[in-house]
Amino acid sequence: MKIAVCVKEVPEAGPNRRIDPATKRMDRSGDKALNAFDLNAVEAALKIKEASGDGEVVLVSMGPAKALESIRKGLAMGADRAVLIADDAAAGSDLVATSYVLATALQRETPDIVLFGQQAGDGDGAVLWAAVADRLKMPVISQIAELDVSGGQVKAKRQTEFGYDTIQAPLPAVLAVSDAVNEPRYPSLKGIMGAKKKQQDVLSLADIGADAGRAGDAGSRTTVGALNPPPSRGGSQKIEDDGTAAEKILEFLMERKFV
Amino acid sequence: MSTLVFLEHHGSSIQKGSLGVLSKAAALDPDTSGVIIGSGVGDLASQAASYGAAKVFIADDASLEAPLPQARVDVISKLVRDQGFDAVLFAASVLAADVAGGVSARLDAGLNWDLNDLAMEGGELVGKRAALGDSVYVDAGWTAAPRLGLVRSGSFEPTETSGAGAVENIPVELEDFSSKAVMVEQAHEESSGPSIEDADIIVAGGRGLGAPEGFGILEELAKALGGAVASTRAVVDSGWYPYSTQVGQTGKTVSPKLYVACGISGAIQHKVGMQSSQVIVTVNKDGNAPIFDFSDLGVVGDLHEIVPALTKLVQERKG
Repeated sequence: MKIAVCVKEVPEAGPNRRIDPATKRMDRSGDKALNAFDLNAVEAALKIKEASGDGEVVLVSMGPAKALESIRKGLAMGADRAVLIADDAAAGSDLVATSYVLATALQRETPDIVLFGQQAGDGDGAVLWAAVADRLKMPVISQIAELDVSGGQVKAKRQTEFGYDTIQAPLPAVLAVSDAVNEPRYPSLKGIMGAKKKQQDVLSLADIGADAGRAGDAGSRTTVGALNPPPSRGGSQKIEDDGTAAEKILEFLMERKFV
Repeated sequence: MSTLVFLEHHGSSIQKGSLGVLSKAAALDPDTSGVIIGSGVGDLASQAASYGAAKVFIADDASLEAPLPQARVDVISKLVRDQGFDAVLFAASVLAADVAGGVSARLDAGLNWDLNDLAMEGGELVGKRAALGDSVYVDAGWTAAPRLGLVRSGSFEPTETSGAGAVENIPVELEDFSSKAVMVEQAHEESSGPSIEDADIIVAGGRGLGAPEGFGILEELAKALGGAVASTRAVVDSGWYPYSTQVGQTGKTVSPKLYVACGISGAIQHKVGMQSSQVIVTVNKDGNAPIFDFSDLGVVGDLHEIVPALTKLVQERKG
């Protein structure tokens, strides 16, 4: 059983995050981490591998070469190796271009299962799996809350606007899991120490046989125009608890007359 | 200019969100059509006509009975190729997001999502979207047709306006892989219990509570503040708290004066149900959680210490 997990490095959340007005791209200069929703997908992959008794979990990502630092968290949790497509020509890829590059990278891996988390923490996008599944010509099931893989079949339960669906599909398949599907494990010290030594391939578009004209700006079909400030929420604050957080929240609530 | 709107139905009615997008599209472009995809759906065409559809395409086939995305990608992609639509619009839902993503790949067509407004500028469609947890509003454009747009739920109210509603049945040809995923069971969830929709103050809990028992400290804080307790899809799916308290895309939409989010990551699924709250206070141990992007006061810390301490302070204050 070979399981590919699509993961992404995202900027840390908070009031300091911004879109660079010059490039119209997300400013990725600040602190970064592995997208939190991807941890559920990594955990789901590890569970499937453990239940099947053997197999391989491969992390597949696209981003700058230094994104490996964030991706290593998935290796520390227990994934076997990582493939990162890092190419200047892929920067600024929208859904059309990203799904093309990822699908091209995934085709080389011929996985039985392609896993996604429920959304990217930075772009609010929740459609990538459907685009990748279409390019791979595989069945797709999204928003999965319960997952059962056995006998070459996947059975999944998920919540919709109307109740609960139970959906079944043969492998290979593309699966997007929700944050209800599991509780991601914390990497052990041994896992963290061992992560650096695991195979990590940083590949260019040419390495995977992808057409640079279909990646990055050249391959994208959407644009970002004018940036406008939102209707103000007032000054937004983010604080670390130093033991006085409850007092600070109370002050905040009293200023606004909730207490 | 010609526009196609995906009209999602449930039972014998077209979804309100789809009708809202249809009436907005018809106001921007008189040459707006709708497409209805399912089994035994011919009777729904008249609903589309009353919300401005000049033409209604019907794909009616037993293989389209289950609300699964990939067969719908086949139908819509072929229709767009045959008719040459400039724009294809979807009202956000669990189903529509997957359909839109698939059509984007099939046609190599740009998709902008989370749109909260649409406009025509110089004869071309432009979308408006809030990005980065609503901290910036962006004009979202396309470099080529067809332009695909996924509209945030609740952005447009359906407006009755008569369209010609000429009905055309279209043939259904599916790809092999599109019918491999099958619906085994659909269970309807009844919403019951006390309503959170009328509460001025809501204290909400997510997976960060760690266990179902964690809701106890939220109930005490809610009682001290005079508010109601709400939850997320993740904890409802895990059986920790009743579905009737779930806020989000597949739950309830609330807009209280104060929303206190405890151990909630702020997934879009949840955000769309509570983002219009007047004041949002967050306690979460993961400083990287997206909810910090749209909180007025965000506290990075352990809710199991902070929440009971806050409850005590509020009780003391209120005497």
